[in-house]
Amino acid sequence: MNRSAIDLWVGIFVAMGIAALLFLALKVGNLLTLDHAPGYRLEARFDNIGGLKLRAPVKAAGVLVGRVESVRLDPKTYEAVATLRIDRQYEFTKDTIASINTSGVLGEVYVGLDAGGDPAMLKDGDRIAKTQSAVVLEKLIGQFLFDKAQQPNNGQDPNSAGSAAAVAGKGSGGNMK
Amino acid sequence: MSAELAHGLAYWLRRLGGGVTGGISRLGFAARFLLAVLWYSPQAFRRIHLTLREIYFAGVLSLVIVLMSGMFVGMVLSLQGYETLKRYGSDEQLGILVALALVRELGPVIAGLLFASRAGSAITAEIGLMKTTEQLAAMEMMAVNPLARVVAPRFWGGVVSMPLLAALFSAFGIFGGYLVGVRLIGIDEGAFWGQMQAGVDFWPDVTNGIIKSVVFGFAVSLIAVFEGYDSKPTAEGVSTATTRTVVISSLAILALDFVMTAFMFRGGNV
Repeated sequence: MNRSAIDLWVGIFVAMGIAALLFLALKVGNLLTLDHAPGYRLEARFDNIGGLKLRAPVKAAGVLVGRVESVRLDPKTYEAVATLRIDRQYEFTKDTIASINTSGVLGEVYVGLDAGGDPAMLKDGDRIAKTQSAVVLEKLIGQFLFDKAQQPNNGQDPNSAGSAAAVAGKGSGGNMK
Repeated sequence: MSAELAHGLAYWLRRLGGGVTGGISRLGFAARFLLAVLWYSPQAFRRIHLTLREIYFAGVLSLVIVLMSGMFVGMVLSLQGYETLKRYGSDEQLGILVALALVRELGPVIAGLLFASRAGSAITAEIGLMKTTEQLAAMEMMAVNPLARVVAPRFWGGVVSMPLLAALFSAFGIFGGYLVGVRLIGIDEGAFWGQMQAGVDFWPDVTNGIIKSVVFGFAVSLIAVFEGYDSKPTAEGVSTATTRTVVISSLAILALDFVMTAFMFRGGNV
């Protein structure tokens, strides 16, 4: 094998390797998208953020528009404060509602933004006034049981909430099986 | 009776001590050998075509096995991953599973193992045979430094080839996963790539994979040239050295991989 043929093959090999690295960086790891694009920050306060993590997606109408930059607890109000970094190309109205959703039963937790009709737009550092906290399944079940207990059951004394709760508990247990 | 016991005990202790000191001196020899190779590398780079030739032998000729293996590993990952993810109704996460497994672990590790057995063994056998046939001694007689002329180009050829092969392995693996996941099973193409891009970060996932492959390249190349250079100049010695290269390189890759993974992905940011 002469030298120029070897040079050619090595050149092809190195070019292929670099192409593979670029593929991994751009197509697989999305190096050049949203993450490093300049954006503006919005703040949203929630009573409960559920399983929201750093870098969780922020979606509007299902489209990725930003990421959660930080999550912290306000020591005075005991509210969770999530800082959202939104891509600059998207603007949201002042009366936008931020809610914490889960995609699918086991899917990832994300922040959903639902824009309203206000003509004024949110700017860098603004706070989203209306928020909807994460739905915690255990609380939901507890509330369901409590509601069941509150309901006057036919043939039972509506005042004996304790026994009704026990019945409701048994009932749901039976349904589970 | 007790004298016999003491003799036997002393024999085994002597063997143990000899093994330990032998191992340490060999390790020290390997470290000095590495320094010597690095020292003579600029001299070797003055004739860059020698290194290019070794990249051809170590890298280009390993392409077929690495690309085929990558493709098949990606296809199997896709099939098996789909079967498991389907149970939880999250089969759209298949893209993340395939890409993370390949980029973080399987790409560098399997490409490293293949590289050790395909190219590392060839390097050891070549250098060992040159030593056996006294070509290295003849070079020294002609005032040609065998470290600069023979060892350094092979070492650097391996170091350059390994990360490129690992990247190609991962890329072809993801392509194989795409073929099975999207074309064969019928997962939505947008979900496959979209979930992958949302779940895989350039930093730290891809960069840690690249760091791993560079470290494996250094380790395998050093072990291969050292075992060849240090082999006994007999037919049996060359065969032993070749086997040792494959065994030690494979163990080194797996052990280094564990240590690096423990440092790179310890909790928190995963």
